[in-house]
Amino acid sequence: MSFKDKAGEVGNFAEEPGELDEALKDFRLSVHAWSDAVYSRPRTAVAPRQVWRMAAGWALGCVLVAGGASAGVWQHHQREMKSAAARVAEQERMAVQQRNQKARQEDEDLLAKVDRDVSREVPAAMEPLAQMMTEDKTP
Amino acid sequence: MAMAKEIAAEEFSAVVARHRPQIFRFLLSSTRDVDLAETLTQDCFLKAHRNWSSFRGESSAMTWLMRIAINLQKDHWRNRRMQFWRHTQSNAVALDEASEWLPSGERSVEQQLLARERVGQVSKAVEGLSERQRTIFLLRYVEEAELSEIARATGLSEGTVKAHLSRAVARVRAELGGKR
Repeated sequence: MSFKDKAGEVGNFAEEPGELDEALKDFRLSVHAWSDAVYSRPRTAVAPRQVWRMAAGWALGCVLVAGGASAGVWQHHQREMKSAAARVAEQERMAVQQRNQKARQEDEDLLAKVDRDVSREVPAAMEPLAQMMTEDKTP
Repeated sequence: MAMAKEIAAEEFSAVVARHRPQIFRFLLSSTRDVDLAETLTQDCFLKAHRNWSSFRGESSAMTWLMRIAINLQKDHWRNRRMQFWRHTQSNAVALDEASEWLPSGERSVEQQLLARERVGQVSKAVEGLSERQRTIFLLRYVEEAELSEIARATGLSEGTVKAHLSRAVARVRAELGGKR
């Protein structure tokens, strides 16, 4: 004997007498009736359990997170680049300023040296006259 | 070769038409979830179709299919225990609601009420059984399978099946006795 095929066919289980037997039989009948009713009802297409939607949601979420993270990294990188460029420009400006200052100082020193040298080598304009006056005073 | 395949396909179609309602009924009574029972029934026949060429007729097709269904149900419980419970909490029907489907037959109203109450008590006891005991109980008392068939379908020895069945029936008896 194999599994019984007909829903309405109910066997008696002699080893379960009396009320228990009745209860088991009724239980079987009710499950069969319930299953038959559900099985024979018109079926609507069961939508797949939104797996694709969940996967798309996850993918979109990942893209957004990755995009946000990379945008943040990119912005940070840009800021770093700008500040580095500003630092370099400032350093160059300082260097130019120092060079200019040094050049000005050298020019001034040179001019001062020339003035000193010229004043030592060339007599003052009135010096010969002063010498003549000194010679006239002699007896 | 093509002819053999065609014959096999026809045979399988006949097997599906013959046994699908019964597999669905077993899975429905086990899971109490119509959607899940339908999904597992589909999975069962899909798996059977893939392995149809390896079915050698050592047991009946029904026993073979029932074994696949039991394994699928077991896998479902094992792999998605948390999701399963979350799912069943929302979709499952209390098994005693099945008592509302009890055919009235030629009983009086009082007898019908009494019968429904008894079915509700059996359902409650069945819900409290372990997964294995429930499977064996349902195969025996809903699907009316022989002990040897249950043993083949579950992969247990007949002695083990008897022991589980005995405990399950004792629990049902206690539930019926306790409510009186």
